[in-house]
Amino acid sequence: MSVGAIAMMVIAMVIVWGGLAGAVALLRRHPDRPGEDAEPDS
Amino acid sequence: MPQQPREQWATRAGFLMAAIGSAIGLGNIWRFPYIAYDNGGGAFLLPYLIALLTAGIPLLILEYTIGHRFRGSPPRAFRRMSGPTEAIGWWQVAICFVIATYYAVIIAWAVRFVGFSIGRQWGDDPEAFLNEEFLQVAEGPGMVSSYVAGVAWPLVGVWACTLLVLAFGVQRGIERANKVFIPLLAALFVLLVVRALFLPGAAAGLDAFFTPDWSAVLDGSVWVAAYGQIFFSLSIGFGIMITYASYLRRRADLTGSALVAGFANSSFELLAGIGVFAALGFMAASSGIALDEVVESGIGLAFVAFPQIISAIPAGAALFGVLFFGSLVVAGFSSLVSIVQVIVAAVQDRTGLRRVPAVLTVGGATALVSVALFPTREGLYLLDVADHFINQYGVALAGLVAVVVVAWVLRRLPALQAHADATSAVVLGRWWRIALGLITPVVLGWMMWDSLATELGENYGDYPTRFLVIAGWGLALGAIVISALISLIPWKRGMDTGTDAAAGSEPGVPGKGGR
Repeated sequence: MSVGAIAMMVIAMVIVWGGLAGAVALLRRHPDRPGEDAEPDS
Repeated sequence: MPQQPREQWATRAGFLMAAIGSAIGLGNIWRFPYIAYDNGGGAFLLPYLIALLTAGIPLLILEYTIGHRFRGSPPRAFRRMSGPTEAIGWWQVAICFVIATYYAVIIAWAVRFVGFSIGRQWGDDPEAFLNEEFLQVAEGPGMVSSYVAGVAWPLVGVWACTLLVLAFGVQRGIERANKVFIPLLAALFVLLVVRALFLPGAAAGLDAFFTPDWSAVLDGSVWVAAYGQIFFSLSIGFGIMITYASYLRRRADLTGSALVAGFANSSFELLAGIGVFAALGFMAASSGIALDEVVESGIGLAFVAFPQIISAIPAGAALFGVLFFGSLVVAGFSSLVSIVQVIVAAVQDRTGLRRVPAVLTVGGATALVSVALFPTREGLYLLDVADHFINQYGVALAGLVAVVVVAWVLRRLPALQAHADATSAVVLGRWWRIALGLITPVVLGWMMWDSLATELGENYGDYPTRFLVIAGWGLALGAIVISALISLIPWKRGMDTGTDAAAGSEPGVPGKGGR
């Protein structure tokens, strides 16, 4: 593989998979509050 | 008929699994790798990521917010936002109906190919096997002449499984199934990619996939391709995310969930690109053909190129085939469940039917149309044209109309932003309104113009005009007309209101205080 291809592969992995890891970490830091459910439709 | 209490996801993880399962479908595996390769390789990453952040994730947040705030399937959610927009919701339901009828057929093919992989039953010519032996494709499009039992029976099985999952409901059906599907899909695909990476020629395939052609970044069509890929792969524009978000608890983190679902979808696409191009690199090396001549997308990639690759693999060929077609089945099935759920939810909201009768009647009717039209000798032509027209002039056009109506006609973006901000850790800024009010309509409008210009210049797929008018334009326009007519039927008192309708009257989450 060329240097350019390896660089783009690593950058893609870091941004996309890193973005997923960051988004999951962010969500885990803010859990939904239990017991605050929606009322029934009617 | 009294309204039933609205179902709810048991856990946030359950909702996320279902949303990710819906977004990850066949297009992630067979469309993204080709689109990226054909539009600048590694350089495609730049417009792709910008499209994800300026259109994909903002649209996901919009759909989650509409579903969560107005607590309904698309017709009810749009009606609660503004009465006359109910037709947009029915349009999305009609699109789901059309897509479900042919999407199930491709899953049925993949089910059969799991079995074919074990003995490499396609022999030396997978293309002839697919068209002549398996699908028994007719000479040209036309009326249904005869059924193909080898497709019809697995299709009946796919529909039976889909309706079974849906009959168990949101928590016990969709949520439980996706909690199995997503880890299973991840495991199957990681194994597939690892095996592909150890094939001779894999590095050359990855080199072709990731080598950047920076001149592509200056090409407008590459940007349209990037926005198109994001739009079509995230399951946005046809009401799935509105429906799924309507089952969320009151204090669900909408923006955070959209970030996770959007990046999860792209993460899988990147993995698919690596796996597919490693395999194509091997195919090019083993056949002595240049890689640009073996690159394909869609049905040709999955059911012709991959069987060739599987046949050429020196060890573990059957396992590789089972992993690939098994991944297609799981990815497609979780998406199909979400598509049919939109139709079921819309009818439940509209009529007050309980879940099982709604699944049996509405899901059954969808299955019936699917089984009647597609496992036939003419089915492939119908599938190709229906897919093209319902995506271009259904999904994309409905998405464009919905965004323009919400942003510019109703001017509801500030209120929806306030609702999302009231429940989410990440606060949306002005960028969100700019992305939805300006960038998304301009890009979708450009895509529509571009597509129409091509359409009017030459017949899609060189099909006869009469066939395109009936099966293509007729289908796309029929969805609009039927939706408009259904929206004119008056609702019974109380079916479109209730305590959750009141939830839509004020920004934020009423009655629960601030964060």
